[in-house]
Amino acid sequence: MTKEKRQILIFLFFAAAVLATPLFLKGSYFLNVLVFIGINTMLAVALNLLLGYAGQISLGHAAFFGLGAYISGILTTRFAIDPWQAMGLAGFCSAGLAFVIGFPILKLKGHYLAMATLGFGIIMYITFNETVGWTGGPSGLSGIPNLHIGSLIFDNDWNNYYLIWIFTLGVMLLSINLSQSRIGRALRAIHDSEVAARVMGVNARVLKVQIFTVSALLSAIAGSLYAHTMTFISPVAFGFNFSVELVTMVIIGGLGSIYGSFLGAAILTMLPELLRVFKDFDIVLYGLMLILITMYMPGGLISGLSMLAKFVASKIRGKQSNA
Amino acid sequence: MLRLDGINKIFGGLTALEDVSLSVTKGSITGIIGPNGAGKTTLFNIVTGLYTQTSGQVYLGEKNISLLAAEALASLGLVRTFQNIELFGQMTVLENVMVGLHTKSKSGIFSCAFKLPGQIREEKYIKEKALHWLEFTGLAELADQTAGSLPFGKGRLLEISRALAVEPQIILMDEPAAGLNSRETIELAGLIRRIKELGITVVLVEHDMELVMDICESIIVLNLGRKLAEGTPREIQENQAVIAAYLGES
Repeated sequence: MTKEKRQILIFLFFAAAVLATPLFLKGSYFLNVLVFIGINTMLAVALNLLLGYAGQISLGHAAFFGLGAYISGILTTRFAIDPWQAMGLAGFCSAGLAFVIGFPILKLKGHYLAMATLGFGIIMYITFNETVGWTGGPSGLSGIPNLHIGSLIFDNDWNNYYLIWIFTLGVMLLSINLSQSRIGRALRAIHDSEVAARVMGVNARVLKVQIFTVSALLSAIAGSLYAHTMTFISPVAFGFNFSVELVTMVIIGGLGSIYGSFLGAAILTMLPELLRVFKDFDIVLYGLMLILITMYMPGGLISGLSMLAKFVASKIRGKQSNA
Repeated sequence: MLRLDGINKIFGGLTALEDVSLSVTKGSITGIIGPNGAGKTTLFNIVTGLYTQTSGQVYLGEKNISLLAAEALASLGLVRTFQNIELFGQMTVLENVMVGLHTKSKSGIFSCAFKLPGQIREEKYIKEKALHWLEFTGLAELADQTAGSLPFGKGRLLEISRALAVEPQIILMDEPAAGLNSRETIELAGLIRRIKELGITVVLVEHDMELVMDICESIIVLNLGRKLAEGTPREIQENQAVIAAYLGES
């Protein structure tokens, strides 16, 4: 089986599992958690394109998520624009902003880039808080309409699950395609040796801005979906903490792995819920687990999984040869 | 083919290159030699657009490339290798060479993400060409290995394969024999001759005199940022100024 066919099969299997999951779940609580995992996966994949492939850090990605959510929210609540059109505009404007700030910001490297994106994130967070007339400020923006297709309204957990996950699966598929193309290779080349990539004719400066723009576009669409499914947004969800959480998802899951981003998003979304039984100790355990994963699986959970799979496979083969 | 006209490069108060003019004949193998600190690598960095010269002009054929950045030169047919190998360490050997074909393909983010038919065709072409160059340098069997895990000598060959994938008119090699053992150096000499047979002009900076004298048709000697001499290997070997520079006489 060629590598390509295997990858198509893996994706189909993953998509089938995702789409079938709600059939085996009772109650809306889990469905709700899975909706969040979907949104976070989309965000982690978007950030991974920038961080895992091109090797450029962003500590302000929650800002694009928030920008998408607020543009969608404001357009639909104050100007009665159709939610789908609002989503398109949210994506377009956020991508436009990323493109404009990308040129100066992405000239920076390493810690300086981290500081610049951090600053951008904080500026946006303050903007969400202070432009009370538009965003409702700290008390939030409510009454955002749900998305709908004809008479199908996405206003319950079941419908939202499929809405979010169809988008997430789409984003994952496109990102996988991208990562295995000349663009994906050029991004990884920039990551490994920017100077050699440039000598090979890769325009590193432009490509970094392009992928930053795509990443912002996908994050903003995730933000718009979030706004229309939650119907209420407030600045808390789009602050510095969440930017760091997104970076953590990407690193814990595995830099440069799309499925890794799903794992990272799933773990970081579920862990706080699962650890709730430990009451006050939850935050300690949470930190401890993150430290252990980064120490013992530097390639992220996805590399840990593939090591485990190889280990099991070798054991099975060993048994067969013994018999 | 390649012509430098009065190149000066000053770093702060230090003059690294002073009024260096030279020209490289199309289809030749030209060696640039000189003691450490002579400015050889600086010269390469200027030609390949990684540094900007303080003054002077660089021409590739008839085209003035003095102010072009590195990424613009690959599509004009100028490519280089590095003294300390610069591979894409986390990518496979094949993928490294595929990056060399970047300028031979043009699918954008959109057509790559949606796998449009043109992109699929292009991808097939890139892969075939990359494999061809790996066969040319004898690395085809290592295609699926991670580049970072290659032994030094193979890494060198991979860097050359990747540069060839650009389908250059001229290839600049910065100390290609550094770190190679004698058998690998002999193989390298053979490879450089085969590259020349493809019609590609080769310029190399090299410390291994045996290799330089063996394969180069013309040699340029730099010393302390200036051009000291140029000529055939025999002329250079007999040049008193060159001997003095190398032996440290004055």
